Amino acid sequence: MNRIGKKRASLTGNLVATALVLVLAATVANANTLRWARVGDALTLDPHSQNEGPTSTLNHHIYETLVDRTNEGSLVPRLATEWFIHPDDPTIWVFKLREGVKFHDGADFTAEDVVASITRVTSESSDFKALHATVDGAEVVDDYTVHIRMKGPSPLYPQNLTNFFIMDKDWLETHGAQLPQDYKSGEEKHTVRNTNGTGPYLLVSRDPEVRTVLKVNPNHWDTPPAVTEIIYTPIKEAATRIAALLSGEVDFVQDVPVQDIARLQETANINVTTGPENRTIFFTYDMSSDSLISLPGDNPFKKAEVREAMAKALDRDAIKTVIMRGQAIPGAQNAPPFVNGWDAALDAYEAPDYDGAKALLAKAGYPDGFRVDLHCPNDRYLNDEAICQAFVGMLGRTGINANLVSQSRTLHFPAIQNRQVDFYLLGWGVPPFDSQYIFDFLVHSTEDARGGWNASRYKNDDVDAMIKSLATETDLVKRDATIAAIWKQITEDRVFLMVHNQMLAYATRQGIEIDVHPENQPKMTSAVFK
Amino acid sequence: MIAYILRRVIQSIVVMLVVGLVAFSLFRYVGDPVSTMLGQEASVADREALREHLGLNDPFFIQYATYLGRALQGDFGISYRLQQPATELILSRMPATLELAMVSGFLAFIVGVTLGVYTALRRHGWLSNLVMSSSLIGVSLPTFLTGILLIWLFAVELNWLPSFGRGETVRLGFWTTGFLTESGRASLVLPAITLGLYQMTLIMRLVRAEMLEVLRTDYVKFARARGLSDRAIHFGHALRNTMVPVVTITGLQLGSIIAFAIITETVFQWPGVGALFINSVQFVDVPVMAAYLMLIALIFVVINLIVDLLYYVIDPRLRVERSHARH
Repeated sequence: MNRIGKKRASLTGNLVATALVLVLAATVANANTLRWARVGDALTLDPHSQNEGPTSTLNHHIYETLVDRTNEGSLVPRLATEWFIHPDDPTIWVFKLREGVKFHDGADFTAEDVVASITRVTSESSDFKALHATVDGAEVVDDYTVHIRMKGPSPLYPQNLTNFFIMDKDWLETHGAQLPQDYKSGEEKHTVRNTNGTGPYLLVSRDPEVRTVLKVNPNHWDTPPAVTEIIYTPIKEAATRIAALLSGEVDFVQDVPVQDIARLQETANINVTTGPENRTIFFTYDMSSDSLISLPGDNPFKKAEVREAMAKALDRDAIKTVIMRGQAIPGAQNAPPFVNGWDAALDAYEAPDYDGAKALLAKAGYPDGFRVDLHCPNDRYLNDEAICQAFVGMLGRTGINANLVSQSRTLHFPAIQNRQVDFYLLGWGVPPFDSQYIFDFLVHSTEDARGGWNASRYKNDDVDAMIKSLATETDLVKRDATIAAIWKQITEDRVFLMVHNQMLAYATRQGIEIDVHPENQPKMTSAVFK
Repeated sequence: MIAYILRRVIQSIVVMLVVGLVAFSLFRYVGDPVSTMLGQEASVADREALREHLGLNDPFFIQYATYLGRALQGDFGISYRLQQPATELILSRMPATLELAMVSGFLAFIVGVTLGVYTALRRHGWLSNLVMSSSLIGVSLPTFLTGILLIWLFAVELNWLPSFGRGETVRLGFWTTGFLTESGRASLVLPAITLGLYQMTLIMRLVRAEMLEVLRTDYVKFARARGLSDRAIHFGHALRNTMVPVVTITGLQLGSIIAFAIITETVFQWPGVGALFINSVQFVDVPVMAAYLMLIALIFVVINLIVDLLYYVIDPRLRVERSHARH
């Protein structure tokens, strides 16, 4: 007993000593090191292999794109200094490249690297190929000029390039990585763990899902950033992530749960910044089939009165205050305010009117409502399941009995893609900041590369024709008029029942400022120490 | 003896095959890997092409057979999520899980036995009552909550210990260890307590019950009559006889500590195989899920095999019954 007692005493002694060391370590941490935590890690360092937010966010620090987007949404030069449609051929985009840029291994950045990267990103195993679907090929004109040939006029192509990273041709060839990872080959590509970009930071070490360390690139072409070292650690559990910030083990938490925002704002040495995300959350329903999966033989959603009644039942302000704790921008138009085609008049929403909704349902022939399944993800958007639960309650007041089917995104998204849903919640980000992206995937009827997510089965030939014309229309005034006409039509047809735009919340240790990025891809080069 | 071992080994292989079969038949209910692997812009044709390419359209018996064929050659596939070989990923995470399991198992054993003996000897002391009733809390609190409470107290309020991760590690060949650095050892404390708490109370209650049982036996009474010291009776005779079932249970529990470290690893962002498995499930990363389940099955099968063989060696009755049966 005595011996064990002594052992325990010495263990306690050790703990105290350890604690002291930790406290010291925390106070002497270099002022220019930024310890960054977010829910998930980048999946790979290959910048063409996973079209996924955290992966591209980390790669933006190591690799660079031709064009960049400001937090307000406009395009600015990065590796390209200017870009324009070829004066003699509307199917060619000309890119003038920045001179004097070097890759991390010392090689010069030239036009042939852009061409090799275009070839790579348009290849079969690239996860970004859909964003470059209109590309026919690329040619070197001189060391600092590239022509990208399109299959037809593509006036908005540069909008798709904000996550198109440039890799070094010779380096790719040396390591046999001219193409991205192919899962079936059974071999791992060199580019999954090794990098050679032109970006502001160099990769020091990486242990996937544990820690990635970057240090500033002294030879970078741009003004040196305030942050000289980045230590990136994913912390999956929300409570642990917030605890790590409060205990001073991390400086920046990128994913703050909405329920923690108010409490963190009251904490003395923590800053919380919030801002709108480029992502809408909305409901939609099968409005064309004759028979629903969960209501065989009938489809109430085909009737305009039913769709209007559902809109009257949605209390957006209640969802904003109760479920989102204020962290949402309610609206009626299924487009974030940054996006070309957003219209304040269309986005205005009405207060709920349950009696009006009941009257409409009665008029449509459903005086006692009807029963239908509502599909909802429970691990994808902010409080997604709670939003659905609230709407089930609101619909209940009109007599519509919605049965909530809440499941993981790994089941929810395939169900939408395979049209196994009648009525569902979805969120949609708009990376090119243009309405065409919304129309292509959500409004156009399912055909080739378009309409993949259109489980509302909405089909209007006039709208389809207008959407197709957007891709090649070079007269931007005319194009914007077409966008407005499409919005008018689909608002009338009530294709979407928009809820709100999500807000993002970043929390930092006092003394560090990082602006909220609308696509949730903050760059540490923009961090400011105070 | 040889026949006995051989029979057990064959049984183990059958268990492994069944685990693989059940796992494979369950994967389809986890979701569709293709929809998480491709970005939202991918077309229907792109998704179909990838599904065909990965062989996900094949009937599941064919998928299972193909998988087994490759696994026998040591190829467990490339992770759909992290794009690295599944075996390599799991092996690189194994040291973290094993070190955590070892420390928490050790902690549970030492503290559990000490408290068990104490509460058995001082049955009516106020400290014993306190330990017994607080052990109920230990059994009934979910691991998740214990972890969060410990983080809140020791990392946020007191600032003594780190709230997440494994600290600095040192690479020794294929093994990475946190034992050799200050931050590595500090990082082990909270997760080890969280993971070991349940086993600790289990062992404590087991030791206490066994001790009370043994202290009533005739040979203990006889030892007292011989005038042996309390110390010799309690530790030399009673405790020693208590240890046989305790060691067995602890050995078996080690398997579940390794397998069920998932929650603790998630709460503490501990970079072990459990956390890797959870992330893989959420991505429908079939190669990693399959490799993980096979590995856990292997660990259980091996531990059970060893325990069975140890019984055979330790317990003479087993051998006697067997020789009787042959007559």
